[in-house]
Amino acid sequence: MAENAQTGDGGETRRDFLHLATAAMGAVGVGAVAWPFIDQMNPAKDVLALATIEVNISAIQEGQAITVSWRGKPVFIRHRTADEIEEARTVDLDDLPDPQADGDRVTKENFLILVGVCTHLGCIPLGQKTGDVKGEFGGWFCPCHGSHYDTSGRIRKGPAPANLPVPEYEFVDDTTVRLG
Amino acid sequence: MSTYNPSNPLVRWIDHRLPMFSFMNEHLTDYPTPKNLNYFWNFGSLAGIILVVMIASGITLAMHYTAHVDYAFNSVERIMRDVNFGWMIRYIHMNGAHLFFVVVFIHIFRGLYYGSYKAPREILWMLGVAILLAMMATAFMGYVLPWGQMSFWGATVITNLFSAIPLVGEDIVIWLWGAFSVDNATLNRFFALHYLMPFVIVGLVVLHLVALHRFGSNNPIGIDVKKGSQDTIPFHPYYTIKDTFGLGVFLLVFAGLVFFAPNYLGHADNYIEANPLVTPALIVPEWYFLPFYAILRAIPDKLGGVIAMFGSIAVLFILPWLDRSPVRSATYRPLFKLFFWILVLDCILLGYVGAMPAEGIWVLLGQVGTAYYFAHFLIILPLLSKLETPKPLPTSISKPVTGGAAPAAAPAE
Ligand code: HEM
Ligand code: FES
Repeated sequence: MAENAQTGDGGETRRDFLHLATAAMGAVGVGAVAWPFIDQMNPAKDVLALATIEVNISAIQEGQAITVSWRGKPVFIRHRTADEIEEARTVDLDDLPDPQADGDRVTKENFLILVGVCTHLGCIPLGQKTGDVKGEFGGWFCPCHGSHYDTSGRIRKGPAPANLPVPEYEFVDDTTVRLG
Repeated sequence: MSTYNPSNPLVRWIDHRLPMFSFMNEHLTDYPTPKNLNYFWNFGSLAGIILVVMIASGITLAMHYTAHVDYAFNSVERIMRDVNFGWMIRYIHMNGAHLFFVVVFIHIFRGLYYGSYKAPREILWMLGVAILLAMMATAFMGYVLPWGQMSFWGATVITNLFSAIPLVGEDIVIWLWGAFSVDNATLNRFFALHYLMPFVIVGLVVLHLVALHRFGSNNPIGIDVKKGSQDTIPFHPYYTIKDTFGLGVFLLVFAGLVFFAPNYLGHADNYIEANPLVTPALIVPEWYFLPFYAILRAIPDKLGGVIAMFGSIAVLFILPWLDRSPVRSATYRPLFKLFFWILVLDCILLGYVGAMPAEGIWVLLGQVGTAYYFAHFLIILPLLSKLETPKPLPTSISKPVTGGAAPAAAPAE
């Protein structure tokens, strides 16, 4: 066999090269075909065409909160009390697992707007309704695995690694906020 | 092992061209089997039968099920109320899944007790662990299909496990979902994969059996038997009848659940349609996931918890190399036997903790249980292989240990 391949100088290297080139070509081909089959699982175009919504917040009394659905997720809008704001402002940033000042998380300090999805494994934390447990820091408590969030929605205790995210939003006027 | 020579000419004609009769004879009739197998050896064939039951009931359910967020819940309710015998087929599928895990867990602990994972059965054991993983994936995706509250939130929590992967985690989760939360795209692909996975399991089971029949079954004494010796008996009729009797007992339990307590092992919350805006007060997975769930929650760090949970299965993969003692059966290993039972209690404890809220004493118990679980495999077993003095082993199943005179154990080869 080996003799047959030995055409002139270094036939064996030539055969090795052909093997390698064939395998490499095959791998590229498989890879090129695999990608469409992997990518088809990513969000489709209709899913990506996301909406913005406007919410009227005039009816939310101090100390109350509402939940609205945005991009398939709940968004928490909380009208904070002076005490809650005070608490969120005075905490030492070094004590926070995910340090962020309260001022960086709000545009108007009395309205806290957050994506209400626990950063641990995606449950919806309790604390929106008056009777709910709000956790040890007066914000939200995720019952799934025990994450406590403070009055700025920052993670304080439990397995969640990060603060509740702040969605993109802007105040259209004093009583209306546009999400997205 | 006798040469197979069927008297029926048609059978002989076919077998000459397609040797299926001699294959069946070799593996199901003449197949030499240790004569001392106890009832713990019934659970392998039982698991195989349940797999067939799951595929049969699943395919019939799929004829009536609709994989769409707006219709899934109602289509299952329609199966329950309107489809002829739909309630029975669904209860068979639901309770079949529960019993599948009961049977497979017993099958696994049987292997742990009698050292069935040791040479030369390492690959047989690892294929078994792969089957367990595939079963868990199948059951998880199946549980999402009825689109109840537990379906939805279970899917949310479990898919979010992947977000713990550094850098690419978030993208992987969105890829799994096909959306920005668990949604219609997710339900559709879970149905497709739930249909596929059982057939992957069938393939793994075939490999599992090929590996099994290479060296034959282990046995309660754990010593090697010589094929064709006094120690073996033919599979048929001795074990066909024993397996059939065990199947009868199993079917009594199965029918008891299906007809008298069909929802006993499930969660009432899954009869509430999925609501993406409200998480149930306590999310509890199905009981067979509870020990793993307790391990996940024991570590107060997202990535750490996920690693520990997958690690709890990974240690099973490398178990043949952690337990180096040449003696297989716990019968001859007094210390191993003690720790085996502690491990069983530990797994039950973890299962209990997994069902409790992640607060107070349960957090601590979960952490102790998790630490012990890993210590058993990673510290205790390697140490025992060095320190323990096993009892003397018999030289064959037929001959008991020659009293007194036996020196330190002769390890099984
Ligand atoms: C390894 C074998 C299998 C396991 C462990 C398994 C497990 C499960 C589980 C736990 C459920 C949820 C039951 C409920 O709470 O209602 C389910 C549902 C379902 N499974 Fe399977 N399954 C298996 C095989 C199959 C196969 C082969 C099919 C065929 C397509 C199938 C089709 C379905 C359908 C249509 C449902 C939704 C209806 C329902 O919820 O009752 N399954 N499965
Ligand atoms: S999902 Fe919130 S603590 Fe785990």
